[in-house]
Amino acid sequence: MYEIRNVKYKNILDIDNLKIPEKKVTSIVGKSGSGKTTLLRLLNKLISCDTGTILFKDKSLKEINSVELRRKVIMLPQQPIIFEGSIRENLLIGLEFSEKELLPDDRLNEILKLVHLDKSLDSEAEKLSGGEKQRVALGRVILMDPEVLLLDEPSSALDDLTEDKIIEFVANYSRDNNKTLILVTHSKDISKKYSDIEIVIESGRISSIESKEA
Amino acid sequence: MNGVIDLSLWQMFFAYLLVVLVMGIIKLRGVSREKELLVASIRMTLQLTLTGYVLVYLFESMNPLYTILVIIVMEVFAIYNIYQRANMKLSKKIKDIIALSMAIGTLSSIIYFLLIVVNISPWYDPRYFIPISGMLIGNSMTGITLGVTRLVDGMRSKKHIVETALMLGATPKMAAKSIVDDAFDSAILPTINSMVGIGIVFLPGMMTGQILSGISPITAIKYQMAIMLGILGSVAFTTILFVQLGYRTFFNDEDQLIDFN
Repeated sequence: MYEIRNVKYKNILDIDNLKIPEKKVTSIVGKSGSGKTTLLRLLNKLISCDTGTILFKDKSLKEINSVELRRKVIMLPQQPIIFEGSIRENLLIGLEFSEKELLPDDRLNEILKLVHLDKSLDSEAEKLSGGEKQRVALGRVILMDPEVLLLDEPSSALDDLTEDKIIEFVANYSRDNNKTLILVTHSKDISKKYSDIEIVIESGRISSIESKEA
Repeated sequence: MNGVIDLSLWQMFFAYLLVVLVMGIIKLRGVSREKELLVASIRMTLQLTLTGYVLVYLFESMNPLYTILVIIVMEVFAIYNIYQRANMKLSKKIKDIIALSMAIGTLSSIIYFLLIVVNISPWYDPRYFIPISGMLIGNSMTGITLGVTRLVDGMRSKKHIVETALMLGATPKMAAKSIVDDAFDSAILPTINSMVGIGIVFLPGMMTGQILSGISPITAIKYQMAIMLGILGSVAFTTILFVQLGYRTFFNDEDQLIDFN
């Protein structure tokens, strides 16, 4: 799915060679400040590398329109961002941004059930707790049915139990629907539990790659 | 109808006496603002006296080059004033957009208003060209200043919201839409508010001046209506140009947010 060759970004990231396969759960593990989030941002083309090449489906990211890419590869940031308005509006806004057909309330309620959020679609999203906001943000991304899901560790807004539940749900959802999930986490336990491939980053460099299937 | 009452030096003296009285009252009340009042009165007197002589010269000489020169000075001053009044660090790109929007927005409104609506002859008649251009440029300057402040503030304080929208597949235009709309609203609202209150809450300066100089209130009102519509058009056109071009300076060609903090 992704191939990274000789990529450098400021003094944060320096990766010689890395392949991320499609339709697998890949976790990127490392300490805070090791460059995990920067890598996700490069894959989503929110930033561009200073040198080197990143290929997406064998095509350089430089040749792919950023907006088109972000409609296929969706990133869920660490801090959930909630837009003004109801839960319904927050769920639908991703579809509006990516100019996809809006979905009826039945489907939105199904998504709320999937992310274990027992709230009315009319509830004001700003009033939700951190964990609930994270689940709305996750529901919003799932509704968009992306090819690749980039999940930056949601732990800051969640307690350990909720974090585990959410990651379990996203990992299962990705496997059941043949999606590629790239998950950033600081937790080795979570990585071992849910991922097919584990990439460890230390000070911006890849220190190990482990595959469960190998 | 009575002719215009020209004010003699004595009458002007009594007008200034009012300021002296006010300064005395302020001093008695213990409010230390008499210095500001004095400076403001002296500045106003010097500026208007100088403007009066310059206008007399320009009106008598009737030279198109002078008219063009005055408009250029007004534009440059207005643009510089926007940079100063915005009171925040502005990128070179956004400064260029401010200058471009002011130039295109105000000049096209001035040309339309003077040559098509009022239909002045000759086209450079300074008696019409200079005061009307001043009103359109001045109001557009105020509008764009408000728009710049709101746009730059919005892009800085809502950076994470804009970036989340990009992550969800939004184009930069979609991602910045609420900030752009907000900037346009804040720029145009003072003009709309002044249109709503005009004639009831206050009589505008231009109309009052025309009435005092002996022109029929109906003619003065027609001019005032036309100038208000001209101001609305100029402010709206200038601000639309600015916000539509301005938001783009926060993104690069790859549709990524520029690190502007």
